[in-house]
Amino acid sequence: MVAHLLRLRLLVMRNTLSRSPWQLVAVIIGAVYGIGILVLAFIGLTLLGSAPVELARTIVVLAGAATVLGWAVVPLLTSGIDQTLSVARLRVFPIAPSRLVLALAVCGVLGIPGAVTLLAGVFTAATWWRSPGIALAAVVTAAIAVLTCVCASRMIESLNAGLSSHRRYREISGILVLVPLLLLGPLITVLTAGIRGAADALPKLADGLSWSPLGAAWSVPSDLALGHYGEAGLKFLIAVATLAVIVLIWRRTLATALVTTVQPETKTAEAGHIGLFGWFPASPTGAVAARSLTYWTRDPRYSRQLILIPIFPILLYVNSRTLDLPSLVTAAGPVVAFLVSLSIFSDLSYDSTAFAAHLSARVTGRADRTGRVAAVAVFAVPVVAGITVGSAAVASSWAALPALLGLSLGILLSGLGLSSLSSSRIILPVPAPGDSPFAAKTGAGFTTSVTTFATWGILAALSLPEIVLAVVAGVVGSALLGWITLVVGLGLGAVVLSAGIRLGGREIERSGPELLARLRVPR
Amino acid sequence: MSDAPPPDPATRLVEPRRGDGTPALSIRGLWKRFGDKIAVQGLDLEVPSGSFYGLVGPNGAGKTTTLSMATGLLRPDAGELRILGVDVWADPTAAKRLVGVLSDGIALFDRLSGEQLITYHGLLNGMDRDTVTARTHDLLELLDMREAAGKLVVDYSAGMTKKIALATALIHAPRLLVLDEPFESVDPVSAANIRDILHGYVESGGTVIVSSHAMDMVQRMCDHVAVIADGRVLASGTIDEVRSGRDLEDVFVDLVGGRHHTRGPEWLRTS
Repeated sequence: MVAHLLRLRLLVMRNTLSRSPWQLVAVIIGAVYGIGILVLAFIGLTLLGSAPVELARTIVVLAGAATVLGWAVVPLLTSGIDQTLSVARLRVFPIAPSRLVLALAVCGVLGIPGAVTLLAGVFTAATWWRSPGIALAAVVTAAIAVLTCVCASRMIESLNAGLSSHRRYREISGILVLVPLLLLGPLITVLTAGIRGAADALPKLADGLSWSPLGAAWSVPSDLALGHYGEAGLKFLIAVATLAVIVLIWRRTLATALVTTVQPETKTAEAGHIGLFGWFPASPTGAVAARSLTYWTRDPRYSRQLILIPIFPILLYVNSRTLDLPSLVTAAGPVVAFLVSLSIFSDLSYDSTAFAAHLSARVTGRADRTGRVAAVAVFAVPVVAGITVGSAAVASSWAALPALLGLSLGILLSGLGLSSLSSSRIILPVPAPGDSPFAAKTGAGFTTSVTTFATWGILAALSLPEIVLAVVAGVVGSALLGWITLVVGLGLGAVVLSAGIRLGGREIERSGPELLARLRVPR
Repeated sequence: MSDAPPPDPATRLVEPRRGDGTPALSIRGLWKRFGDKIAVQGLDLEVPSGSFYGLVGPNGAGKTTTLSMATGLLRPDAGELRILGVDVWADPTAAKRLVGVLSDGIALFDRLSGEQLITYHGLLNGMDRDTVTARTHDLLELLDMREAAGKLVVDYSAGMTKKIALATALIHAPRLLVLDEPFESVDPVSAANIRDILHGYVESGGTVIVSSHAMDMVQRMCDHVAVIADGRVLASGTIDEVRSGRDLEDVFVDLVGGRHHTRGPEWLRTS
């Protein structure tokens, strides 16, 4: 049975690869990358053998604990690490939970991430190559630690799957987990300043972690090397107990999951409450705008893009402080305008076949385009203007405000115009409605990134006049040039926007059925 | 946000206009190919005004493709399609005004509540707010969906999703209703209610086309039927003409072929 599942897993992997050559290229690049990391890890760990035991211990325990933590967090980020063998799909087969636990653990270890972790873990033995006894212990404890990684990850996934039946929870958790990751850069910058002074705190941290389930297994070999046999024994017990507890919890949740069906929890509005539809004008344009804006609040594929709005100002602020470049923060407005306006550059793809509603109701292209732009403009204009004014205040460069506003709003308007045109032509393979917003579509990565970068380039070209003007105004420090930038930005933006809406609208009316056919293609 | 003043569909009347000779839907020489597969090959079909027309055929016969082309959602390679005399592909706007569509395999904007979704379709059709509100209320009542009105469509059961899709097809009071697999996964009570609504609609002069592979239901519900296979019409006419005294299902199986007379492999027989 274990062999069956493993074979199924490998078969699915092979079939995915044979579907698209780009997929294969991606895997090869990934494999080269992974092997590179493994080689580096092996060399590094071997060299650690000549370093003081305390240093080796600190590094291995910290890295090991981070690995375990990483494995446990990943299932929260993606909707299931390995959909092939998800419990939901295996539910229909008569498999006892215990055998399923064993099979899934084996498949997990032998999958690509599992294998890389296992090899890297076993390489920690290389540090102790001088004393074979400790090296042997390192192999055993590393194996326990890697098993803990895989099982913990599966356990979290299984627990999460139970909670995930609450749709709202699933959508929000997936997005919130992203925030600390995106802020990792500035966090590290801020923290290193503190850590640099207290580098000796790291061994203490490692010591602390070595008593926790995260680091216990990784610290056993170095404890042996230091001659702390009692501690080594205790930590080995902690590691084994951790694994045992995780497996027990996992088995339990699996057993429950195997016999329960997902019961979605629902939220109900009062009858007669039609939300934003009551606020926008009762016209096709207003309806499209109300629908789009509702989606910005309810559909995680849209709302996750809103995270970028606070993140960029924070990133730029932190960097402007650490690099001692106060004016850097004023780039926040234009950058946010750039990203927000292009967030709908392939809007039709997100509609999926529901776009048929617009086609059936013969919505004019103009109403369709204007509505979608209006939905974004409702929040983007105040937000971008606010960020621009705020950044000028932080950098105390009020003189530059007109130029900055001209730049930000010009980019925003031009970007919305470009999106209106591009989304009438570009249909990208995106996550289907209801999928995890991070669920990558097979083979989508390449086309998506090429198209995205191309659109970025075009917008940069379209906004070139105000960019040049704003830069010159900033360098020369001319107030007049600043006001000219504002006028040019708004004027040019308005022209690009109306042209985009007109051309995009014409395109939608001309080739509506063809667009629907492309949206309909099973992807 | 300036739109041309929308034509008010409320002023269009669904008058009984039986017998004026214009078919509700007429299809001549329709062709459509996808890559090297020909989905519809020279299909001719005439749906009389005021009829309750069943379209039956095996999976992959071209029913959905034909109906998509008839409702302006898919461009045909060749052929002429007219809804109440209006050429669908020469004047799509006028034609689409006359038809309400429930398509199989088409997504809905399912992050809206049921009530919002119907409202959305109404407003997209250019109707004014009061009409939309009143009709949304009526439709929710009619389909027995008052309680689920505020729930997001994504949380609906399959049967409720079909019902809300039917409501979105009805909101602009079309003269012709094209329903692709409307009864799939709908419970018997809701299905009976929907059938009553459709019969009432036909009696008031509307025309309904349903595609289905539930022969029994088509036989009981419709007055006309066409059997489609391999992108062609094999038989069409009133139910009685087509079945000529036999059971519709037997006629269908004879026409379409492909029936196997075997009782499954040995190991599957438990006794």
